[in-house]
Amino acid sequence: MLRLVKLELQKLWLNKVSRILIFVSFILPFTVLVLSSIKINFFGFFTLELGELGIFNFPIIWHITTFFASYFKFFFAIVVVSMIGNEYSNKTLKQNLIDGLSKKEFILSKFYTIVFFSICATLLIGLASFFIGLYYSSYTEVSIIFREVEFLLAYFVKLVGFFSLCLFFGMLLKRSAFALGFLFVLYIFEWLIFWGAYEALGSGDLAFKVKNYLPLESMYKLIDQPIQRIVMTKFPEKTDIAYDYAVHWYEIVIVLGWSALFIFLSYRLLKKRDL
Amino acid sequence: MEPILTINNLTKKFGYLTAVKDLSFTINKGNVYGILGPNGSGKSTTLGIVLNVVNKTSGDFHWFDGNTTTHDALKQVGAIIERPNFYPYMTAAENLKLVCRIKGVDHSKIDEKLDVVGLLDRKNHKFKTYSLGMKQRLAIASALLNDPEILILDEPTNGLDPQGIHQIRQIIKEIAADGTTILLASHLLDEVEKVCSHVVVLRKGEKLYSGRVDEMISSHGFFELKTDKHNELLKLLEADTNFGKIKIEEELITAFLNQPMSASDFNKMMFNKGIILSHLVKRKESLEEQFLQLTDNQQN
Repeated sequence: MLRLVKLELQKLWLNKVSRILIFVSFILPFTVLVLSSIKINFFGFFTLELGELGIFNFPIIWHITTFFASYFKFFFAIVVVSMIGNEYSNKTLKQNLIDGLSKKEFILSKFYTIVFFSICATLLIGLASFFIGLYYSSYTEVSIIFREVEFLLAYFVKLVGFFSLCLFFGMLLKRSAFALGFLFVLYIFEWLIFWGAYEALGSGDLAFKVKNYLPLESMYKLIDQPIQRIVMTKFPEKTDIAYDYAVHWYEIVIVLGWSALFIFLSYRLLKKRDL
Repeated sequence: MEPILTINNLTKKFGYLTAVKDLSFTINKGNVYGILGPNGSGKSTTLGIVLNVVNKTSGDFHWFDGNTTTHDALKQVGAIIERPNFYPYMTAAENLKLVCRIKGVDHSKIDEKLDVVGLLDRKNHKFKTYSLGMKQRLAIASALLNDPEILILDEPTNGLDPQGIHQIRQIIKEIAADGTTILLASHLLDEVEKVCSHVVVLRKGEKLYSGRVDEMISSHGFFELKTDKHNELLKLLEADTNFGKIKIEEELITAFLNQPMSASDFNKMMFNKGIILSHLVKRKESLEEQFLQLTDNQQN
């Protein structure tokens, strides 16, 4: 396993573009997080300190940081599709197999790398949130700090799921740009299914329940948007805006199911293909 | 003899096209084999199947004694196919390091093999800066990293200039001299003739011949003749059962032997019959002529 990860990391690390993208996908969310946590003075007119809003309080900080950090996954998504696309365009996939890598090992080396990256990203966001939380949070009891750390797990699963989808599209289409384009196609497709379900079932709520099973939506649903929750904490008396923002076990199972399916399909695709 | 690769009734279909048809042959240790055939005769497809990148339609093959999986066997095989495929953004040494990781070989081999192909002084240059000849030599170095039991080369001199071709052939000969089994696919006949001891001839996916190069056609050779008494000679040759086909190109008569006969015996015979030859050469068909004859015969 270590051998396969090392193999893939060498391929990625020596490539300037993917090295920059990996850097950006780690550094950018981190920087945004740190910048938003410091007090910014707008030329003496007013000072903006997001910490004052209470968004860096435990436990809501876990929710907020993971939600916003997950938008930066697109940088690594480019790396994932190009690490497949490049193997095809350089024909190194064929050479790798001839040199004695099995098709299974090839897919696994990509998948392990995805998991490895997701672990790193989760750890980084976890640590950053932890320290910023310690600094800003009004409550620092251990029981409160570690309440809702399941958002970190959700973040990890979300990354693995999304990158597995990218891996599959990369294998399917062999070209990085097409694969990224297909993500957008899938996004529209999911809305079409939503619309179809709405027509058939006659209810928006039910249609959303259907959509929640689709790949992109199920990944998005893992971490619900936290804006409404922030508003809720400001106006606790407005009960009509209450919503279910928790991470549910079945949401995780759905995304893990999709990830397994995408990896398996990628393998099947490669196995059937003549190179 | 120890078998290295055994192929039994291998067939590959691409839709309606049959690229390889019921192909069987065995590669034994220590010989230099050529797979010969025109473009599109199924050479690369056959190699692709045994190298695990193309899926077979039917039939089977096994490496070594049949107890090793293809995956493990490939770690003891060195192969280059069509064009050298490496990561353009890595240096030669980095590319070879990656291959070492795949094959599970120690990194210490890298310098040694780069030296064999004469690329040691360019080891830290990026692959994309290499000329085609250098790329092809790097591919050979990469295939040699694991000190393979068998080296498979698919059109190794394709697209190279004369110096490049010469360098590659020299390297192949040196490797063969070390006792490594080599399987060389090519459509260049003189290449196979110069390098190989055994040959498998393919046409449209079918095997036409497999065996030693020098036994490819049971031929006793032919005489190339010139004389002043052109017509008399022709008459004599046509009457003689020793000779089969006779070809005439202006002054030059080519007479193919049905049974062995030395040039001096023939010369003596002609002299006794009063025909003085101004030109007498005894030759065997080159591989090219044999190959064309073989592929022609099958067409009729």
